[in-house]
This record gives sequence, structure tokens and C-alpha cells, in this order.
Amino acid sequence: MSGSGDKPVTLSGRSLHPGAADGVVLVLDEPLSFWGGVDARGVVVDAHHPQRGVTVAGQVLTMQTGRGSSSSTAVLAELIRSGHAPAALLLAECDAILVIGALVAAEIYGTSLPIVQLTDDDLARLHTGTPAAVLAHTAPRPATVIAKTR
Amino acid sequence: MPGDDHLFLTAEEESMLAGEQGPATAMCMRLIVGVARANGAERLVPIESAHADGCLYHGMAGLEFTERLVSLGARVRVRTTLNVGSLDLLHPGLVRADPEVAENGRRLMDAHVALGCEPIWSCAPYQAGHRPAAGSHVAWAESNAIAFVNSVLGARTDRYGDFIDIAAGIAGRVPYSGLHLQRNRTAALVLDFSAVPAALLDDDVAWPAIGALLGEFAGTRVAALTGLPGDLNDGGITEDRLKALGATAASAGGVALFHIVGVTPEAPTLDAVLAPGATTVPVTAHDLRRARDRLSSAATTSLDAVSLGTPHFSLSEFAALARELRDGPSFSPSVDVFVSTSRAVLAEAQAHGYADAVRDAGGRIITDTCTYVTPVLSDGIRTVMTNSGKWAWYAPANLGIDTVLGSLAECVASARAGKVVRDERLWG
Repeated sequence: MSGSGDKPVTLSGRSLHPGAADGVVLVLDEPLSFWGGVDARGVVVDAHHPQRGVTVAGQVLTMQTGRGSSSSTAVLAELIRSGHAPAALLLAECDAILVIGALVAAEIYGTSLPIVQLTDDDLARLHTGTPAAVLAHTAPRPATVIAKTR
Repeated sequence: MPGDDHLFLTAEEESMLAGEQGPATAMCMRLIVGVARANGAERLVPIESAHADGCLYHGMAGLEFTERLVSLGARVRVRTTLNVGSLDLLHPGLVRADPEVAENGRRLMDAHVALGCEPIWSCAPYQAGHRPAAGSHVAWAESNAIAFVNSVLGARTDRYGDFIDIAAGIAGRVPYSGLHLQRNRTAALVLDFSAVPAALLDDDVAWPAIGALLGEFAGTRVAALTGLPGDLNDGGITEDRLKALGATAASAGGVALFHIVGVTPEAPTLDAVLAPGATTVPVTAHDLRRARDRLSSAATTSLDAVSLGTPHFSLSEFAALARELRDGPSFSPSVDVFVSTSRAVLAEAQAHGYADAVRDAGGRIITDTCTYVTPVLSDGIRTVMTNSGKWAWYAPANLGIDTVLGSLAECVASARAGKVVRDERLWG
């Protein structure tokens, strides 16, 4: 699939946590630690991060992987509880610290934040500001991301 | 990418998952199995111990999860120690948490104790009596403790965090994946420090700078470091240096395992840990200075506080601090000095007279928590000096303050002078 231009394409990935979501893509240029890196409303506050000040809440957040403290799990679960979590997470590498946050929120709040692993090449085709639809089945069954690409 | 579901569960594990050993065990197994499937693990592996960091209050989700486990009757089935909480239970006056955080933080700490965990309340469990054997499988949380137990002790943990840590303690097993597997413990990157002057490497401030550089270069990869001095049987000097290195590398990157060739247990030689196709990067004193400067956000020499003990101060670090303080003047009244440690180390430091030396100089010692995860510093504080690369990395965002990284001796000299004093000659 060439996929550039106006026509959305379907990217196939691996489901890390099940769920379905629509949102607008936000590509993070560097990995982000949720703990110490994101405030209670989902705004990036990490002084070292190039995208400090942007909000991850409600976005289809794409990044290579998470970074830093293991407390990021609790921060993600708390963002899910308070309604300030990303709509979906698209990663190039499986990040168990984030997967657990989604699993726990599913156990205690019945939510389902989709987390999908895409290849580096597919992840690089997504760009900030375009709408995307994410559907992830129970891991490790497949997942799809429908979005306009470049 | 791992593909189909190949996860094999033993009959015992199937029974746990099915709820035959109670609803709490089943819930914990759903988390473990969910992670195993995401990781593409082929089976689970029994663990000998756990270290849980879910006892630090981040919001209602963690509290509701833990109290759910308590209400379902859960108990840990392997030794599980606890990381820092939101409160200093021994010195309650030092933490100025708001009433909701104080109450919920206390409830969260109590809930973890009710699950059978050991309340050591320390981010340096490895210096508070919990030292797993080399080669043993464990489930540890807290990024600095993960880096230490893997790298310095040679036990095997993947990166665990809140929820999965206590779930592992209750289920007694984790996915057999990540750093539990030998093939993932080899170094794809070599950092060569042989061109860095020995005098710089002999100063404790070099080690958080090395960690920052390692985090920057390695990201989440395993690296081997060559050309560094050290002996893990030297009474704690090397161990404390590697603790500072690992804590900074885990913060600045996502480092969970590093090898110091000739020093750490899995790396008697470079060949023993080298992955095929590894790249080598030579490091200079200039690189280290740049890494140190990235950990210093303050532009002036004005100073309001000094924070030591992130990760928690060890007995040998207390001894070094007491040596610095001997026969010298007290700290400037304009500088608040805090030392964070575990209650276990405090008891020993007390017995050796180190704790009194710190208090006599005007310092305050806090236990069970840490100065950057809970409100300890006064509101007017703008610039804080620390010997901790991890503290310097996180405090600007967490606390809205500026930091200066210095050696222990520089921190003491600055606290006495009432302004930042650093020896720049070392850095060339």
C-alpha cells in the first residue's frame, strides 16, 4: 500500500492491550516517561522533552517506547480513571509498564485503552494532526490502525 | 515482532488463573498473563522475591487496586519488600503533604502491609537487607533498584512497576521474558572510558555524570562500560558509585541492566557480555562535563537547599558524610540540608554516631520517603544542590526548582558557604 495522500490506509499491528478508539494522532519525537513527565491533566511537563506543553489526553499517542520510572504504570492508570489518558497508544516496542496500567484500569474500572505495537516503518508513516481509528483485539491477536499516512 | 500465542501455563498456573486459589490470585494472574501475552513470553518463571513500589500514592487508582486485593484476602507468597511511600512515618513533621494525600498515602502504605509485605520503605532495598543471589529470578520495581539488582547483584528482573510488582509477589511468578532471558542480557553497546583521567573517575560526582551519558547513549539497551575502576568488595565505595550511575541512567534513559567490565558479576571480561555486532563509543572528560551540566539547571551560585540520599543513603555514604563534617563548621542557616535514607540504615547510622554528626551540623534526616516525591522542601526554595543525578533529573519538573549537581564534598562545602561551590579543575 502506497497510502500517501488523502486516502486512509490500514496498518496491521500486534495488540498489546485490547480496545477500540478514535482520535487525532500525536507523534512524540522522543520517548516519554508518564511519571514525572505528564501532569494530572495529561500535559507534558518533562523539562527535557522537546514537546513540553502539549497534551496527550484524548490523543492517539505514538512513540517508540516509554521511558524512565516504573511509576509510569500508576500515572497511566490514574489518567485513565480521571479521563485524561490518551485515546490509544501506538508503540514500536512493547512497553509492559504501560500495558499494565491499561490492564489494571480494565480490572477496576472496566475501561479498555487500546495499545498497539507497529513496525518502525508503519509508525513513521503516521503524523501529528491526522485522525486515526484504532482497533485492538485481546493480545496477542491482531490490531489495526486506520489513518491517513505519508 | 512476536506473533501467535505460544504461552504455556502449568496445571498449577491454570488453576490459579481459573480462580481455584481465590479471586485475588486469579486477578493477579490475569495481570501476569496479560503482560506475558503482550511480551510474547512462552511461559512463566517462579520468583524468589519481589520489591514493590506501588506504595507511593499517585492517585485513587493505586489505592482502589490495592484495597481490592486486601478485601479479596490476598497475601504475598514470596518475600516482598516495599519502596518509599508518600509519608515519613518516623518523622511526620517533616512532610507537608496535603490532607487528602496524607490520608490516602497512609491508607495505601497500610494496605501493602496488610498484604504481608515488609515495610522497609526504601528505594535502596539492596542496602536495607534485601540482596537476591546472583542468577536468581526476582520481580523488582523502582527503576534504580531494577538497575542495581540486575547489574550489581546479577539477579534477574525485568522492568516491573506499580501493580505488576505486587501481583508478582502474590502470584509468585512472572512472564519468562525480557531480562529474565540470558539472550537479552548481552551488550549491544560499549562505552569506553579509558581516555577519561583517573582523578575525575575517582571523584564521586563523575558517576551520576557517567549514568546520564549511559542513559543518553543506551536508551533502553544493555551496555558494557570499559575502562572504569572498581571493586565490589571495597567496603561500599564502588557499590555506591554504581548505585548513583544506575539511578541516573535509569532516569535519563531506560537503562535496566549495565555491565562494568571487570567489576560487575556477569562481566569478568568484555567477551563474556558482548552481543554480536556491538558498537563501541569512546567517552571523553568533555562528554562527562556536558552530561553533568545537563543535570544542573541553575544559572547562578545562589543556594537554598541541599538534598542527599536519592536513592536512599547507605551506611557507607553516611560514613563519608560524617568524615566531611568532622571538625568543620555547621551548615549555613540559609541552606536547608536533607538526607533521605531507610529506617534500617538510619538505625545503623545512629549507632555509629553518623546521624548525630549530620544533625549537629544542622541537617535533617528523613526516612520512608524521599524529598522529591512528597512535599518536604519549604515553599521559598528555588535552587537545590544534590549529589544525585536522579534527583537532579526529576526535581525541576516535580518541584519546579533549579538544580546543581555536585560531589558530596561540594554539597557540604556549598551548604557551609551558603552558595554553590564547585571545583571545576577536575573537569579539565
